[in-house]
Amino acid sequence: MYAPSFLERLYRTLYTIRVFETQCIKLYRQGLIVGYFHPYLGEEAIATGVCAALRDDDYIVSTHRGHGHCIARGGELPKMVAEVLGRADGYCCGRGGSMHIADVTRGNIGANGIVGGGIPIGTGAALGIRIRGGNQVVAVFFSDGAANNGVFPESLNMAAIWDLPVVFVLENNQYAVASAVEEMTRETDLYKRGLAYGVPSSTVDGNDVLAVYEKMQEAVTTCRQGKGPVLIEAKTYRHGGHHVNDPGLYMPKERLEYYKARDPVGIGRRYLLEQGKLSEQAIEAIEREIDGQMDEAIQFGTNSPHPSVEAFLAEVQR
Amino acid sequence: MYREALNEALREEMVRDASVFLIGGGIAQRGGSYKVTVGLLDQFGPQRVLDAPISESSFTGMGVGAAITGMRPVVEILFVDFTSLIIDQIVNQAAKYRFMSGGKGRVPLVLRTQGGSGGSLAAQHSQSLEAWFYHVPGLKLVMPATPYDAKGLLKTAIRDDDPVIFLEHKLLYMEKGPVPEQEYTIDFGVGTIRRPGKDVTLVAWSGMVGRTLAAAAKLAEQGIDAEVIDPRTLVPLDKEMILASVRKTERLVIVQEAVRRGGVASDIASVVQQEAFDYLDAPIEIVAGKNTPIPFNGHLERVAVPQEADIIAAAKRCLYLT
Repeated sequence: MYAPSFLERLYRTLYTIRVFETQCIKLYRQGLIVGYFHPYLGEEAIATGVCAALRDDDYIVSTHRGHGHCIARGGELPKMVAEVLGRADGYCCGRGGSMHIADVTRGNIGANGIVGGGIPIGTGAALGIRIRGGNQVVAVFFSDGAANNGVFPESLNMAAIWDLPVVFVLENNQYAVASAVEEMTRETDLYKRGLAYGVPSSTVDGNDVLAVYEKMQEAVTTCRQGKGPVLIEAKTYRHGGHHVNDPGLYMPKERLEYYKARDPVGIGRRYLLEQGKLSEQAIEAIEREIDGQMDEAIQFGTNSPHPSVEAFLAEVQR
Repeated sequence: MYREALNEALREEMVRDASVFLIGGGIAQRGGSYKVTVGLLDQFGPQRVLDAPISESSFTGMGVGAAITGMRPVVEILFVDFTSLIIDQIVNQAAKYRFMSGGKGRVPLVLRTQGGSGGSLAAQHSQSLEAWFYHVPGLKLVMPATPYDAKGLLKTAIRDDDPVIFLEHKLLYMEKGPVPEQEYTIDFGVGTIRRPGKDVTLVAWSGMVGRTLAAAAKLAEQGIDAEVIDPRTLVPLDKEMILASVRKTERLVIVQEAVRRGGVASDIASVVQQEAFDYLDAPIEIVAGKNTPIPFNGHLERVAVPQEADIIAAAKRCLYLT
């Protein structure tokens, strides 16, 4: 049994990610957000459960679908909105945008525009920890798509030979951009790849925040004991296409309906209601509070100035 | 010796700063293909001198991740030719992280590798690929030609907070030269005049410096006083030293081992023609490798890259002496 306060914390994260994505998609439709924007809708429980099992001095490595990771790691909504709007007060001063949000102050090494690009980077952070003799842990988020890039087996192998404190969190959302996982690989239980490298590996329901949290806690404990790495495959499904302008017509309707019925935010809400014994009204109050925070973040972001051209030119001419 | 100077630089920086570590293929037990890392495993242990599997992209990326989180990795890639395997981690990750994070993250990583022809190692082990890295904003590019420079520049590279591509030349490892006992570093962006002269400026780096100096000596026998400039670092480039020399000699020959097309020499020439056009008394000459893969056969290999006679001929063309 979990304390109501803990379940509330998890739900706040789940709901915040949901609201952030939903509201940003509206901003995108209004033409305020431009470029690529990859929503984390439908996958909220993975980032939430994983980050809840981490300490403040641990690290995460995110992906191009990274807003959820950033929020779950304690990212501030105003700075996130400002960044996806390309403004000066954003996390990266408007230079990174949606695909490159990093928050080094919170151990979020950053999102990545290259699928799989962050896998060795996170593994390297774990190597640094090992050399320094620390007991921090790195959570590397990546996807079924990235698992088919060579850096995944390479990094998994090196993490294994050096016992690195890294948890490879494979978010199997079943699509690499628009390619179904079963068309891209014969064995679709991707965690089995870890077993071939001698790495403790298993799968978890990626839509169930408590299942993810528990699985991650075990993995983190293993890593802190110097017995890393660990591979977790969290099975999930995107609630839409690859990015905001992809309607995802290639996603079978029944499958989407099945996963939407197993909505990670809804599951987290039920935990809070049933296990946490929070009243419907109390939960609604939490939701309204977060809605308000997002409104304020949008205000902040839209009021933030564009980055200075002079400062930019001064830097590039250095 | 060049390789010993590099070894000393690594050793001294590893003693000085516990965050410096080495990772690469065959660098620990074997001490590296060119013996640059000999003895470092014994002194610093397997935690800080790591023999990695042949997974170049990932161990380079691990260097990037370790660098972002407080370490100072020196990643070794056996041949510059193999950097084709790590381009994403260098070009998309290391070079851009500081910029993309709004200056909040830094990548103090050194990538050591070696290039150049001259050993009949054929087309996949003999290239001069500095232009790849020269082209990408966010990287510094160092190409030492002497033991003294190799040591001083490597120490500076390790202390730098941004990613540095440190390109050695395979024919230079056994080169001898003075290296002082006392501690020193060499600032980036400061070239050196290898031979002062007044008639023609010859710019060369890395393996071409020695050949260019030999050409200058022959030119001197013919009464031509060539100035030889070695920029030592291509990014940042000591543009002012080259321009000052051209304003004096009014003639410029740029020598590069890399293929002519899309090379650093062309870029230097473009800078000089724009900023010192009125001083030039002859078209800028570029002596470069031919636009070909490096052949295995030794005779063909020599034809493919600049030789002393090519440099002499170019200098004379600048002086209208042919």
